[in-house]
Amino acid sequence: MRARVEIRFRPGVLDPEAAAIARALGHLGFAGVRGVRRAKVLEIDLATEDADAARAEVERMCEVLLANPVIETYRIELLDRG
Amino acid sequence: MRAAVVTFPGSNCDRDLAVAMERVFGRPVRRLWHGETELPADLDLVGLPGGFTYGDYLRPGAIAARSPIVREIVRFARRGGLVLGICNGFQILTEAGLLPGALVRNRRLLFVCRSVRLRVETTDSPFTRAFPQGAEITVPVAHHDGNYLADAGTLARLEDEGRIAFRYLDNPNGSARDIAGILGEGRNVLGMMPHPERVCDPRLGGTDGVPLFRSLLEAVAGGGS
Amino acid sequence: MSEITPETVAAHGLTPEEHARIRAILGREPNLVELGIFSVMWSEHCSYKSSKVHLRRLPTEAPWVVCGPGENAGVVDIGEGLVAVFKMESHNHPSFIEPYQGAATGVGGILRDVFTMGARPVALLDALRFGDPAHPRTRHLLAGVVAGIGGYGNCVGVPTVGGETTFHRRYDGNILVNAMCVGIARRDRVFYARAAGVGNPVVYVGAKTGRDGIHGATMASAEFSEDAEAKRPTVQVGDPFTEKLLIEACLELMAQDCIVAIQDMGAAGLTSSSFEMAARGGTGIELDLDRVPLREEGMSPYEILLSESQERMLMVLREGREAEARRIFAKWELDFAVIGRVTDTGRLVVRHGGTVVADVPVAAVAEAAPVYDRPCTPPPRPVPVVCHDAAVPVTPEEALLGLVGAPDLASRRWIFQQYDWQVMADTVLGPGMADAAVVRVHGTDRALALTTDCTPRYCEADPFEGGKQAVAEAFRNLCAVGARPLAVTDCLNFGNPERPRIMGQFAAAVDGMAEACRALDFPVVSGNVSFYNETDGRAIPPTPQVGGLGLLEEVDRATGLAFDRPDLLLVLVGLGHGWLSCSLFLREILGREEGAPPPVDLALERRHGTFVREQIAKGRVRACHDLSDGGLAVALAEMCLASGIGARLVIPDGVPGRFGWLFGEDQGRYLLAVTPEDAPLLLAEARAAGVVARTVARTGGDALILGDGPPISLDELRARHEGFFARLMDE
Repeated sequence: MRARVEIRFRPGVLDPEAAAIARALGHLGFAGVRGVRRAKVLEIDLATEDADAARAEVERMCEVLLANPVIETYRIELLDRG
Repeated sequence: MRAAVVTFPGSNCDRDLAVAMERVFGRPVRRLWHGETELPADLDLVGLPGGFTYGDYLRPGAIAARSPIVREIVRFARRGGLVLGICNGFQILTEAGLLPGALVRNRRLLFVCRSVRLRVETTDSPFTRAFPQGAEITVPVAHHDGNYLADAGTLARLEDEGRIAFRYLDNPNGSARDIAGILGEGRNVLGMMPHPERVCDPRLGGTDGVPLFRSLLEAVAGGGS
Repeated sequence: MSEITPETVAAHGLTPEEHARIRAILGREPNLVELGIFSVMWSEHCSYKSSKVHLRRLPTEAPWVVCGPGENAGVVDIGEGLVAVFKMESHNHPSFIEPYQGAATGVGGILRDVFTMGARPVALLDALRFGDPAHPRTRHLLAGVVAGIGGYGNCVGVPTVGGETTFHRRYDGNILVNAMCVGIARRDRVFYARAAGVGNPVVYVGAKTGRDGIHGATMASAEFSEDAEAKRPTVQVGDPFTEKLLIEACLELMAQDCIVAIQDMGAAGLTSSSFEMAARGGTGIELDLDRVPLREEGMSPYEILLSESQERMLMVLREGREAEARRIFAKWELDFAVIGRVTDTGRLVVRHGGTVVADVPVAAVAEAAPVYDRPCTPPPRPVPVVCHDAAVPVTPEEALLGLVGAPDLASRRWIFQQYDWQVMADTVLGPGMADAAVVRVHGTDRALALTTDCTPRYCEADPFEGGKQAVAEAFRNLCAVGARPLAVTDCLNFGNPERPRIMGQFAAAVDGMAEACRALDFPVVSGNVSFYNETDGRAIPPTPQVGGLGLLEEVDRATGLAFDRPDLLLVLVGLGHGWLSCSLFLREILGREEGAPPPVDLALERRHGTFVREQIAKGRVRACHDLSDGGLAVALAEMCLASGIGARLVIPDGVPGRFGWLFGEDQGRYLLAVTPEDAPLLLAEARAAGVVARTVARTGGDALILGDGPPISLDELRARHEGFFARLMDE
């Protein structure tokens, strides 16, 4: 099965890249932009078909490597095999 | 002084760091490969050099921080061994949890390579004891992700415990409280974004980095700070 | 496989005559894969079919040249058993389409050309030409190209130490990105791309092959695709991390005695690399495409052969050494696959799925490659325009402030701060510090001096004089840091060679370069030609970019722009006639782009260069700068800015025109800073050597003073100098 992991900055962590995107949108005339947040998405193909096992496995991946808890939070979503 | 420099895939200041250490220490520096699972038994100092380990993919330093040798370096540091992380080495040390906080993209988003002025904030460490109190030095930075960030509690503790080793006088990256380098709790681990190894040879435009390596030499000879 | 129609042939950029030639070579109709092979091998890029007849006129030899053009890069001896390996190459079109990746992969490609030969890359330089700063795309292109160069070079850990950047509206639709790389190797351990040894394994290493940049049939290949979904990316994406591993793995393997031949897979990938290795070695090669490491499924032989995926190398190993080599590549986590053998058939035979998909005689393809002596219209020789002081509506001070803030002269700090120019800890003089970058040869007291030069407005006005001047300026920049100029690499960027006017420009520029290279003992050892730099029939100005390499035997003598103290005398070497025709002053201050460029007297150039170098070697020169764009006043202003120390320039009585004296661009000139004690000796030696030299200024204070004019404070000068990029790039 496939897992989708979304990793984003914790609220309050300044993201200068997102701020620059917001500014650029403003310059391009999109006056209604109140904020931009960025996230990265990883899609991970897993051998298991067991949803609980998959979630536990990906959870561990996030803790060990994929997200840095000092600055990031993550969200896991399980997808059917695409 | 028995020192070693680690090479990870994508390290690119490993030779520079070893050359600078050898110049000041006056003896050869061992080179270690990231896949090694043991450190040489008699080591005094391990250097984690600058570079782009694993291409900075995922987060700078993140993948290198999970390599076998870093586990050993963490153990070595917990036993009181000296660990110096420069630039990407600093990023690896925060990712490995040996130093608090994180290093994120520079405030102005651009890679920045230039000389910056630093103030030595404490001489109470094996890395800074040879500097005069309050010394101001010029050291180059060269990074894309050197913006130091930590929560308010961590910053306060770093200040209170005198663990901010170097502060920028002209902050090039947006770092919190102008932090350029910090010490670990035991004061035997230093992470810094500027490159002291690039200012150890007068032909390359300065020698302001030499006292850092001389401090280490003194500390090891004198048995601690 | 589809039938070969005239449309297919045309889509492969081949003419009906070339198609007929292919049929004659094969004795049959080529299949599609073979057509693709011929298309790339006979492309302008690989075959130099339009430029070859002219390039032969360039001198390529000197006692210190170890290997001239024809290999991956040029090689020159630098003493102590070492050689410098260097080359420059264009990545113009890809950088216009996708500036970050285009520039990044340009850097990656030129690095591979150098380490392929066994050299550790030690320096990168980039010559960049952009459109009008006010053009809406310029800012985006500039930001992307600079970030791409930095992103790649910084990550692989090779310092970007120099280069140049200029702007002109004629580059609006065709920017130029010319990257130069320099490496150092042991003279007895240089590797070439000559296949040899029947039965030796042909090995593929590096990254996997995907559908990147498959240019043949330029996207007409959609019709060859099984899967309509499979959109072929034409933009290659660079992976500097893999490149870094590839450098280390290759250099580690090269230290063993395993490699017979090695070649990077650049443009046209596997096809040209295997072809060139076989052609140079006079052998055949058999390839089995089923063994090529692939990134995508269902790739056709056509796609595998023509893919331009980056960070890949092809090599021939000594038989029996595969295991050793495989171990090294496994250590660096890189793909390693034996994909073929060297044969004695003289043919490139390619198999896929057990059947032969291409079978082409190697030598015939090289020998029968078309060579065109295209019609040339010789460019008209322009006449100089005269500019009288009375016609200038500003003061000299206003003109100087205007020039130091002009796009082509403003501080490049915004650019070079994005490049790690110090990594490897051997950069002695970096960007903005001297006329040439100076990089110590690691572990020795020697240093290399490196520069890139070309003045497109001169080349546009007079390609012959412009070609001469590009070489002479490189020579001058090397002498100005104290280096002995050794050799040149070039990157000749022009419009459409099928137009006689463009071909005439090309021929004249090559003639000018050849004359200068010969007169200055400064041979061309490597290079690249980039044609078709035009949009809607509007070509770029001729831009024969030169990359110069020189040697300092004592690194401590390396001389920069900055004076180290006040009360030094500035000695002007060379004679000025107030040549404002075609000058930057004329363009920027008076808005006129016209007239003949300043002529270069090559005998004088050589004499002055030798004199300056000798004075530097004697330790008399505290700072040095050549005079180029903006003339004497701009050169002095740049030295003041680099030092933070002012100067007073004395304008001699009887000068026919003040503006010409201050801003004229007469060639072959230098400004040397010397102590008052050393000055008489230097001036006497100049007289003895037949070199015109006179004291024109004294350092001191915090302002620049032109004659009896009002002082220009260094703060104001700096604000103007730094202002252009700050305004252009900051929001």
